[in-house]
Amino acid sequence: MTARIGVVTFPGSLDDRDTQRAIRLAGAEPVALWHKDKDLRQVDAVVLPGGFSYGDYLRAGAISRFSPVMDTVIEQAKAGLPVLGICNGFQVLTEAHLLPGAMLGNDHLHFICRDQKLRVENAETAWTGDYRRGQEIHIPLKNMDGRYVADPYTLDKLEAEGRVVFRYVDFNPNGSLNDIAGVTNEAGNVVGLMPHPEHAVEPLIGSGRTDGLPFFTSILKKLVNA
Amino acid sequence: MSRTPLDTVEHAAATPDVELPWAELGLKKDEYERVVEILGRRPTGAELAMYSVMWSEHCSYKSSKVHLRQFGEKAPESDALLVGIGENAGVVDVGQGYAVTFKVESHNHPSYVEPYQGAATGVGGIVRDIIAMGARPVAVVDPLRFGAADHPDTKRVLPGVVAGIGGYGNCLGLPNIGGEVVFDACYQGNPLVNAGAIGVMRHEDIHLAKASGAGNQVILYGARTGGDGIGGASILASETFDDAKPSKRPAVQVGDPFQEKLLIECTLEAFREKLVVGIQDLGAAGLSCATSELASNGSGGMRVTLDDVPLRDSTLSPEEILMSESQERMCAVVEPEKVERFLQICEKWDVIATVIGEVTDGDRLEIFWHGGKIVDVDPRTVAHDGPVYERPYARPSWQDELQADDANKLPRPATSEELKDQVLKLVASPNQASKKWITQQYDHFVQGNTVLAQPEDSGMIRVDEETGLGVAIATDGNGRYAKLDPYTGAQLALAEAYRNVATTGAKPLAVSDCLNFGSPEDPAVMWQFAEAVRGLADGCLQLGTPVTGGNVSLYNQTGEAAIHPTPVVAVLGVIDDVARRTPVAFQEEGQLLYLLGDTREEFGGSAWSQVIHDHLGGMPPAVDLERERLLAEILISASRDGMIDSAHDLSDGGLIQAVVESALLGDKGARLVVPDGLDAFTFLLSESAGRALVAVPRSEEVRFNDMCGARGLPATRIGVVDGDSVEVQGEFALPLATLREAHEGTIPSLLA
Repeated sequence: MTARIGVVTFPGSLDDRDTQRAIRLAGAEPVALWHKDKDLRQVDAVVLPGGFSYGDYLRAGAISRFSPVMDTVIEQAKAGLPVLGICNGFQVLTEAHLLPGAMLGNDHLHFICRDQKLRVENAETAWTGDYRRGQEIHIPLKNMDGRYVADPYTLDKLEAEGRVVFRYVDFNPNGSLNDIAGVTNEAGNVVGLMPHPEHAVEPLIGSGRTDGLPFFTSILKKLVNA
Repeated sequence: MSRTPLDTVEHAAATPDVELPWAELGLKKDEYERVVEILGRRPTGAELAMYSVMWSEHCSYKSSKVHLRQFGEKAPESDALLVGIGENAGVVDVGQGYAVTFKVESHNHPSYVEPYQGAATGVGGIVRDIIAMGARPVAVVDPLRFGAADHPDTKRVLPGVVAGIGGYGNCLGLPNIGGEVVFDACYQGNPLVNAGAIGVMRHEDIHLAKASGAGNQVILYGARTGGDGIGGASILASETFDDAKPSKRPAVQVGDPFQEKLLIECTLEAFREKLVVGIQDLGAAGLSCATSELASNGSGGMRVTLDDVPLRDSTLSPEEILMSESQERMCAVVEPEKVERFLQICEKWDVIATVIGEVTDGDRLEIFWHGGKIVDVDPRTVAHDGPVYERPYARPSWQDELQADDANKLPRPATSEELKDQVLKLVASPNQASKKWITQQYDHFVQGNTVLAQPEDSGMIRVDEETGLGVAIATDGNGRYAKLDPYTGAQLALAEAYRNVATTGAKPLAVSDCLNFGSPEDPAVMWQFAEAVRGLADGCLQLGTPVTGGNVSLYNQTGEAAIHPTPVVAVLGVIDDVARRTPVAFQEEGQLLYLLGDTREEFGGSAWSQVIHDHLGGMPPAVDLERERLLAEILISASRDGMIDSAHDLSDGGLIQAVVESALLGDKGARLVVPDGLDAFTFLLSESAGRALVAVPRSEEVRFNDMCGARGLPATRIGVVDGDSVEVQGEFALPLATLREAHEGTIPSLLA
């Protein structure tokens, strides 16, 4: 058996089809979800993909967070549904308060697209089981508003509880506090990160590495073994 | 311009003596008189607005048309061409049932006035051309030219242009995979912002801009119409910048990439359901262009009710609505029974869509406003019967002197130390330096099909996940070469783009171009233009790559000073399996470096002559297109059969530039030996065309040499991939770290 993983398309989502492809390559079944539709079509997990939903004309993710589909995602995430937010999806998750912190504009004020080195800090979330803690991976990063910030109390709590999932290594591309590239919620079912694992799933394409594929195999294993 | 009473056709006929502001709208006296002659009366204000924008240089190609005909007359036999010149973009058969459409356009003048929006809407416009053919856009490229890198105004224009291209393209979800950035003082007041796009579709999905079938509905969808860009086409693009005139800022349009993204998805969904008979994007000249072109390309006429156009500004006059260049709008012709479904799809994507008219039996384009008929014209006279000028042209008096000022006679480095210093200076010079600071502001990964992106020789996109079918695109153009000899310069641009496609392993198929020149009213500029077009047409015929479409940008000059003639050529290629693509970066130590082609003493227009001597003179490198074709065949065969692991074309900066780039990208050094018969200086820095650098695994050396030998391509072993420096034996060694600092530090230090 396999797992059904939903990918939400918001207006302005860009990496929705890429994410579906990554899910397919990992051996799971991608299911397209529409932002106006509350129905999650009985998927086993949900990915909120990257892009510029609603143009990011307001704060990134601030409008999508109120999409009908998000009502269900929020409700079910709280009940344990695995949810991954990539880039704009991460921004939506912070706006929805499923993850702590917020994203500001990059400190250098430019869009940045690069193959980014990361360290896996937590290999126990629903989405990172196929990594090793301390493993260094390369995942493409591309964003305008990627500077992760949170108040000192929240940061300390995240660090103390091991909820920083990924950290930038060698170069902090956007001024994120504590070099944070991705975080998880207390239960470990909701993960958000700025880099794009769906762009690192085939040896020929994009960065030419497959360091992102374990995201999708991790969740598949977890769901199938559950 | 609003007048009372409404300037209807009836009113115009009754008031022949009313003076209209034809000159302010950019029409010449004889052109206005021609309009009166066509209509048999004075035009209404609305008709005048339409004729003036559609007959502008930008829309009518009135100065260039007589020369551009050569692209059709000299078109090579090609079974790859599905749609040729004249449509929104050309369409090329790439096999396996796929077709690719691509085009390059200029957005030069707006980008100087307002760099961010000018460049952003340039991307938006070219992408709509691609959608209008029925294709899903899959990538963009941006050939750019700016003034001197250290000029203060460059720091205003370049970051704005780059942010605009990124801001729009990134938000649309289109990978930016290629293009160029060139600095030269000649572009100081006239930066060139060219934008190219590629789209992919199945053969059966090709759509054309025509309105046929009486009763079919005309639907305007996308953004509301506002006051932006009014007169942009006729005023901005067709007159030289002149300090004495008032600011033209309001004529630049403002882009909304989010709206365009919705437009793409909703248009493609409508295509999938086969709801569209004809389609046209609204670009330059807005509704004037869309309605007159749709109607004149179809079999009937068209009736439009302008009151139904959704407005952003309710005070707009009908003339302004017709001329508005508000972005992110499209016009579709839909059969009556399919209108409801079309509107439903638009609603799904939150795109405003309105029926504004219908196709009629007659052959007139009629437009109504508040019940009165304000336009009644034969649409062909608006869209296709614009003026055609036989502008006088003459070889400039200074051309001989320029060519006699031989760059080969400039003082050369006397010692190895001096040669080393010059090499280091060259790889750090703005034109030769890494453009990473710029290109990392563009998304190259989105859509998940990018196989190669800049700084590779060509951008490459996978078309089919199952078979690995892919397409490649490269754009090139060297204004310095073209200034020395426009005919040869245009062919060199073609040859370089052709070669760049081949070095990545793809087979060149077709050409699009963006011809950037000064004022056509100057016979010297017109001669440059005529020569460049002749060179390009002859070259395309010889290489068997038809021109599928393109764009002309004239009046790129400030006062008397025109830019260098700058024909930018885009070549599209196809590769059967992207797994066989060849990258620029050195892959493995120990691989053998071969120089393919002949190296001669050719320094006219070279990067060396510019950087070391601030010199432009002599003749550009000689072109041998048969040699280019042979070189391309060898590169493609070698890539397909796994005989080479990396390849890089040689162009500006010569061999050493190519070696340094391949070394830095692969983080592997090289040891070079100067071959017999060449001096180190010529070996490293000559810019002879028809050459490439390849890295051959030792196990493939015999096979590779046999192939080159059998087919008569000179292949010289010049060294090996090795170590952590670039060493030229007997001359110098430069550590990679030193080269990297020089090569990658320049642009951020000037612009960041």
